[in-house]
Amino acid sequence: MSNEMSNNGVVVTESATPLPEGVHLPIYMDNHATTPMDPRVLEVMLPYFGTKFGNAASRNHAFGWEAEQAVEKAREQVAKLIGATAKEIIFTSGATESNNLAIKGIAEMYRERGNHIITQATEHKAVLDTCKKLEKQGYRVTYLQPQPDGLISLKELEEAMVTEGPDKTILVTIMYANNEIGVIQPIAEIGKLCHAKGILFHTDAVQAVGKIPVDVQKDNIDVLSLTAHKIYGPKGVGALYVRRRNPRVQISEQINGGGHERGMRSGTLNVPGIVGLGAAAEICMNEMEAEGKREAELRDYLKAKLEAALDYVQVNGTMEHHLPGNLNMSFVYVEGESLLMGINDIAVSSGSACTSATLEPSYVLKALGLGDEVAHSSIRFGLGRFNNKAEVDYVSDKLIDVVLKLRELSPLYEMVKEGIDLTKIEWAAH
Amino acid sequence: MAYSDKVVDHYENPRNVGTLDKSSTEVGTGLVGAPECGDVMRLQIRVNPETNVIEDAKFKTFGCGSAIASSSLATEWVKGKTISEALAITNTDIVKELALPPVKIHCSVLAEDAIRAAIGDWKKKNNVAETEGAAVAAH
Repeated sequence: MSNEMSNNGVVVTESATPLPEGVHLPIYMDNHATTPMDPRVLEVMLPYFGTKFGNAASRNHAFGWEAEQAVEKAREQVAKLIGATAKEIIFTSGATESNNLAIKGIAEMYRERGNHIITQATEHKAVLDTCKKLEKQGYRVTYLQPQPDGLISLKELEEAMVTEGPDKTILVTIMYANNEIGVIQPIAEIGKLCHAKGILFHTDAVQAVGKIPVDVQKDNIDVLSLTAHKIYGPKGVGALYVRRRNPRVQISEQINGGGHERGMRSGTLNVPGIVGLGAAAEICMNEMEAEGKREAELRDYLKAKLEAALDYVQVNGTMEHHLPGNLNMSFVYVEGESLLMGINDIAVSSGSACTSATLEPSYVLKALGLGDEVAHSSIRFGLGRFNNKAEVDYVSDKLIDVVLKLRELSPLYEMVKEGIDLTKIEWAAH
Repeated sequence: MAYSDKVVDHYENPRNVGTLDKSSTEVGTGLVGAPECGDVMRLQIRVNPETNVIEDAKFKTFGCGSAIASSSLATEWVKGKTISEALAITNTDIVKELALPPVKIHCSVLAEDAIRAAIGDWKKKNNVAETEGAAVAAH
């Protein structure tokens, strides 16, 4: 008997055979997009939606003190996770705001020092679009291209740095770990290079914080963006670390009114959200090591199973410097969206976006030098705290079935099997 | 994105998947699209030389679910039709039948192109003038 349930327009067909223990459909394996809330985090937050409703800026009564105390505890928890001090943490509405505040705030504050910013092509849009906006305002931005393994070249970075004249580099902004391909950049070396040349270093560490050890001292980071909803906390709250010593970093505020957060970010604090971020950070602090090991094992198991069963698969991004829960794989000669359609009871992401006339695949994969057809064939798996081995088995078995089926349908796979060189064919681009 | 029931049906049970003998004079092959665009369709027809009726059609498609469904439907529709009748099939017919959303219209265009390319190939092999049947196709 088959039982169909409609889930947001997606029909999930449950098979007649009972599901293995530990598997509940649909399976969530897209933890780079967002993570489910840890129930322990939710529990800590709830009172702050109820009786503990005070404004953390109310200095004259117990309601305000209670809220302020909770916020300051969270500040300590977040600081501890990244090796900072509490005074260096500014709460924001999330990483997009943190990235905007960091990049625009530094560009504005240090305009007289110089005019040049260095970033890389595979950054998140929150960084790229912010840099593009600054370009319109007259700043000069260098977008470094990654090497084929996804890492930036330190040599190229150094060569891009300008230390003299009006075009002097004031800021380098390079993400800690990539949200699509999971590669971890050589952050400590980048920071060292920046400090040697008197350039400020910002990192979007959204995917790294809470997953791998991040230490702003050892990593020579001046400004760092993080967010709660990637570490099993709530959406709509994040933080910006701003170094206070060696060097003391100044940031021009982007939101005015009330002078909250040491004048860097005005606005009544989101107390329940901040409490949640703090709790989420503390859980990561305590469990990160074991969790990372477990996720990496599951990831390697998934990778091994897929590689054993299928030909023409390739892993994108170096596995040597890689987030434990990430796997980005191309199933060549199968288009990503059709692949996702076949596994619609599993939530993963595709590098293909066959939804517009331009059919532009992932810019991150393209920056690695992948052909568009390989980028169109890629799937991002994001394993997280709540995934288990039974789910990995279910996902890999189902995916293998669907890839085999779609390759039966694929003219490209047939041609390659017959020894035809696809690059020699004159395709009519449309 | 939600797919229509008909797209899901063609995706789950694609009709006429396969390959016809490309070297046969009765077979026309259309290969359209490009791998870097994320869509490649190959549609083949076998035409009865006596009657000009398409007796068999096969396809293989690299592409999204809507592209697979469009080409699967195209093979169903051309089967049993004469060359002129097949040329009268337009992408809007496919859009309507599969209830494709605007972002997927290019899939139906590609399926129409595939039919035309297969017929063109067959005509070339059999020295049939390109214009034959064009009057119908112009509609």
